[in-house]
Amino acid sequence: MDKSMKDAVQKIVIKHGVGKEFLLPILKEVQKLNKYHYIPQDVSQYMAKYMGIHESEVYEVISFYAEFSEVPRGENVIKVCDSTVCKVNDNEELIGLLEDVLGIGMGETSENKKFSLEFSPCFGACDIAPAIRINGEVFGNLNKERLEEILQYYKEGPHEKNS
Amino acid sequence: MKRIVSFITENFEKEVLESFEISSGLLRASNMTEDEIIEEISLSGLKGRGGAAYPTGKKLAQSAVFKSDVKYLICNADEGEPGTFKDRDLLKYDALGVFEGMVISALAVRATDGILYLREEYSFLIDELENILSQMRSKKILGHNILDTGLNFDISIFSGAGAYICGEGTSLIESIEGKPGRPRNKPPYTKEQGLFMKPTLLNNVETYAAINAIMKNGYEEFIKYGTEKSPGTKLISLCGNVNSPGTYEIPFGVTLKEIIEKIGNGVKNERNVKFVQIGGISGPLILGKNLDIPFTYEDFDKIDVSMGSGAILVVDDQTDILDFLDAVQAFFKHESCGKCTPCREGNRQLLNVLARMRKGIETESDIVNIERIAKTMKYASFCGLGQTAPTALLSAIKNCPEEIFRRGEQHA
Ligand SMILES: Cc1cc2nc3c(=O)[nH]c(=O)nc-3n(C[C@H](O)[C@H](O)[C@H](O)COP(=O)(O)O)c2cc1C
Ligand code: SF4
Ligand code: FES
Repeated sequence: MDKSMKDAVQKIVIKHGVGKEFLLPILKEVQKLNKYHYIPQDVSQYMAKYMGIHESEVYEVISFYAEFSEVPRGENVIKVCDSTVCKVNDNEELIGLLEDVLGIGMGETSENKKFSLEFSPCFGACDIAPAIRINGEVFGNLNKERLEEILQYYKEGPHEKNS
Repeated sequence: MKRIVSFITENFEKEVLESFEISSGLLRASNMTEDEIIEEISLSGLKGRGGAAYPTGKKLAQSAVFKSDVKYLICNADEGEPGTFKDRDLLKYDALGVFEGMVISALAVRATDGILYLREEYSFLIDELENILSQMRSKKILGHNILDTGLNFDISIFSGAGAYICGEGTSLIESIEGKPGRPRNKPPYTKEQGLFMKPTLLNNVETYAAINAIMKNGYEEFIKYGTEKSPGTKLISLCGNVNSPGTYEIPFGVTLKEIIEKIGNGVKNERNVKFVQIGGISGPLILGKNLDIPFTYEDFDKIDVSMGSGAILVVDDQTDILDFLDAVQAFFKHESCGKCTPCREGNRQLLNVLARMRKGIETESDIVNIERIAKTMKYASFCGLGQTAPTALLSAIKNCPEEIFRRGEQHA
C-alpha cells in the first residue's frame, strides 16, 4: 500500500470522524478509491488501525453488506436483478445475452478486468423490469436490442460513471 | 404518471423547486400542541405504511412519552421489498412533503435529530434530496427554533449499503451505528432506547408523506376516502405482467380486479392472471380467480393476507409457480442475516426440496417436510424476515396444492 493511498484513506476518515458510526460512509468512499470496486485487505487493515477499531469489526461489516467487496471486480460491474418481478418479465433472456456478449458467466470477471457479471436482489426498478445496474446506474425495460446497444457503449472504452 | 386520487401525491406533477413554499400542513402544526397533532393523526386512522400497519397516532403518542435531550426520528427509506417502489417515487416527486411530514412528527414527539435512511440503490436521489434539505434550512423550517416553536430539529441522510434486513427497525439502527444489520433483542424497545440508546421514532416514507397531507387538508378530508375500517388512500406499487406498471394512489376499497384492469390497463398480451402476490416477496399469493376482493385491511384480514407495503405483483399464466417460489426462497436465503437457525437453515432446506419438486423427483417425505419446515420458520424465526419468508410457499400449498405437488403424484 503506497503513501498516496494512505493519505487518501486518512483524508476520508478525517472528513467523517473516527467513530465506528462512520464506518459505512467511510467504507463507501474508500471502496471508490479503487477502480476495481473493492477494498483490498491492506487498505481495510490500515483503515481499522487508523480509526482505532478492531480489524475484525471492519471485516465483518465489509462482508455483511452487498455493496462492499473484498475481492477485485471488473471496472464495470453489471448487476442483473434476479428477484421475482424481473423473473416474471423474462430476465433469463438478458442473462443469456450478457454471458454471450461478454464471454463470461454470472459471478465471473472478464480476463481483461473490464466487466463483472453479478446477480442482485431487487433494486426497486420493478416498474421497468427486467432491469440491470451498471456501476450503480439503472437500465430498465430491457430487451435484446436495447441491451446490446448499452453493452456496445460500455465496451467501447473506459467509462468513469459514478452514481 | 396516472393517479386515481391525489391526496398524498398532490405535488407529483409540480416542479418542486419552482413552487418551493412552506406547506400549510407544517404551518398548521406549528400552531398546535403536541397532543393536538397526535390527536389529528389518530383521528385520521392512518396506519404505518411500511408493512406492519401499526396505528400511527398510537405510535406517536407512545413515542411522545419519552423525553430526552437527544431524540431520533428516522424515516425508513430502505424499501428493499421486491415489487415495491412507491417510496422511491415519493422521494423523487415530493421529497419536500416527506421531509415536512418528518418535521410535523418531530413537533409532535419533540425529536431533535432526523435521519433519512436511504437504501444504497436509491443513491441517485441524494443530490436532489440534499438540495431540498438546504432550502428547508434557508426557509428556517429545519434547524434552530423552527417556525418559533422552540423546536431544534435537522435532518441528515444516511445511505445504506445493500441489505434487505436493514429495513427492519432495529437492524436499520445497528447499521447506522456502523455494525452489520442484525436485529436486536427486545426489550429495550426502540421508542425508549433505539439509536445510540436514545429514544427513537421510526416510520415509513409514505407514512410521513401521509402525515403531511393529513395536516394540510385535515383528517376529515382524508377519511372521506376509503372504507370505515380502512380510511383514506394508499400508494400501491403495481408491477409484473401488466400493461401499465407504476406507483398509483388509490382510495381503499377498490378491488384487485379493478386495479389490474382499470389502473394497470390489463394483463400484457391479453393473457390471464395466474396469481397476484400482495405486499412484496414476503407476501402471499392470491389466485387469479379470486381477484374480486377489495383492497382494504379488513377484507385482506378475512383471507389471512397482510397488505404489507402495498405492492401488487401480477403474474400471468406463463409462469410456473414452482419457478416463482424458487426465486422467492433464493431471495430469502441470500438476505437472511444468519442470526437464527430456523431462517438460516430453513431457506436452504426449502430450496433443496423445491429443486427436487421442480425436477419432479420429490419424495413423499418431501411433501410432508416442506410444510413442516415452512411452519417452523413462520413460528420460530427471530424476526420478520424469517417469519414471512415462507408466506408465499404456505399460501401456494393452501390455495393450489395441485399446481405444486403435481409432479410428485406423477412420479410417486
Ligand atoms: C425484513 C424486514 C424488512 C423491512 N423493510 C422495510 C422497509 O424497507 N421499509 C419500511 O418502511 N419498513 C420496513 N419494515 C418494517 C419496519 O420494521 C417498521 O415496521 C416500519 O418501518 C415502521 O414504520 P411504519 O409504522 O410507518 O410502517 C421491514 C420489516 C422487516 C421485518
Ligand atoms: S429471521 Fe433471518 S433475518 Fe431475522 S434474525 Fe433470524 S436469521 Fe436473521
Ligand atoms: S424485482 Fe427486479 S428490480 Fe425489483
